[in-house]
Amino acid sequence: MTIVHYWRAMWGIIGRELWRFVTQRERFISALVRPLVWLFVFAAGFRAALGLAIIPPYETYILYEVYITPGLCGMIQLFNGMQSSLSMVYDREMGSMRILMVCPLPRWFLLFSKLLAGTGVSILQVYVFLAIARAYDVDIPWLGYLWALPVLVLSGLMLGALGLLLSSFIKQLENFAGVMNFVIFPMFFMSTALYPLWKLKESSVLLHNLAAYNPFSQAVELIRFALYGQFNQSALIYTLVAFLVFMAVAIVGYNPSKGMMVRKGGL
Amino acid sequence: MSNAIALSVNGLSFSYASKKALDAVSFDIMPGECTLLLGPNGAGKSTLFSLITRLYDSREGSITLCGFDVKQQTCKALAQLGIVFQQTTLDLDLTVMQNLLYHTALHGIGSKLAKQRIQQELERLNLYERRFEKARNLNGGHKRRVEIARALLHKPSLLLLDEPTVGLDVPSRQAIVDYVHQLAVDENLAVLWASHLIDEIYPDDHLLVLDKGQIKAKGTVETVLQQTATTSVKDAFYQLTQGASA
Repeated sequence: MTIVHYWRAMWGIIGRELWRFVTQRERFISALVRPLVWLFVFAAGFRAALGLAIIPPYETYILYEVYITPGLCGMIQLFNGMQSSLSMVYDREMGSMRILMVCPLPRWFLLFSKLLAGTGVSILQVYVFLAIARAYDVDIPWLGYLWALPVLVLSGLMLGALGLLLSSFIKQLENFAGVMNFVIFPMFFMSTALYPLWKLKESSVLLHNLAAYNPFSQAVELIRFALYGQFNQSALIYTLVAFLVFMAVAIVGYNPSKGMMVRKGGL
Repeated sequence: MSNAIALSVNGLSFSYASKKALDAVSFDIMPGECTLLLGPNGAGKSTLFSLITRLYDSREGSITLCGFDVKQQTCKALAQLGIVFQQTTLDLDLTVMQNLLYHTALHGIGSKLAKQRIQQELERLNLYERRFEKARNLNGGHKRRVEIARALLHKPSLLLLDEPTVGLDVPSRQAIVDYVHQLAVDENLAVLWASHLIDEIYPDDHLLVLDKGQIKAKGTVETVLQQTATTSVKDAFYQLTQGASA
């Protein structure tokens, strides 16, 4: 297997995923509507209720819309990661996952390519969302959009790897509803996406601690700092480690000799 | 182990928890040989296919494809394999061409060569004109043909077919049976075909009869008929599987 083979296969997987995304107009619109509703409706409603102190990376008082924008970028990637894993469970039920898994490349590479493809789709969504948010007066320094790109790759990979991990343990599509209740919502609400940590601490120390160690919080903070041209080292390390752990477990989950495949009755 | 053997399975056993699905299965398939794998439901056919394609891992025994051990040299072994699964595995939202290009990309085939081969395979199956149609718009028989074309694009040495004619009407089924048998001859391709249907067997075919995870008979149609002292494959099958339906 040559490098050219790996390259072609990776672009084949990414190209397929991007093509599917842009041709499924409903998916594109619904992926955008969700964060926009939060931005236009939820944030507008809570603007008056939530007073925000000046916290890094912000240098002045900010509107609530500005505060939750990075969190909504994270939300797009979280939902996208879960949606990718949902599509993998679907692909597995429909059998098309087998075509991928029986091609002559290492399984870790195929899974990583699939992950990269999903991340590419999520980044596309994030930038369209950020463009609309800018029109809504959520001003982010122009360079921030650039700094956010590598960070969005990492956060997308981390959240996608979590989805991949979950998909290796989910046998049927029906079980996926549980993921919504037990993974997406707790991760999103117990994070810094909607409220800063100090605000959480005021109401519950336990919630504060859960939010602080939630990998999604770390990914959101990483995005938040990058959007304002700042580097959050601890969030970067935390997100990177979380990605590596999720990815490693997902690879084991998809390994025919060690993972869940045999116990579940295969792909 | 001679490299001339397309597929060699030796002492293969596999269990789901305490239930034994395959028990010391051994057989060889040579290039140009069309082997029909017969067995009642639950005989272990799908498990055998999953092990050959390494969707499962074998703990006992070995599987060798063109001299490459599936466990040790997985990628080289899988490169020798063309597969048509029981379920349709086409992406229905993509066109025929996009589905086939995706497959060639996964096998590392460059765009120019890929398009040449796609044209060649689709023309053989009279489907080239429909290459820009979405897979969703094809009927069951045509979807199957596209899947067979796809399985051949990377020039495999062994073609695995897992009950590919299930749900098809008689003419579509016959067309696929004839085409695959012709391929074995023309391309010197080894074929392993899991089937429920006795009428898909040609007189020159080889048979593998699997029941309760064990090989009950193997060899040419003639050998199996002699071995069971019967005059038809149907009778031989019933005798070997003690009346279980295929």
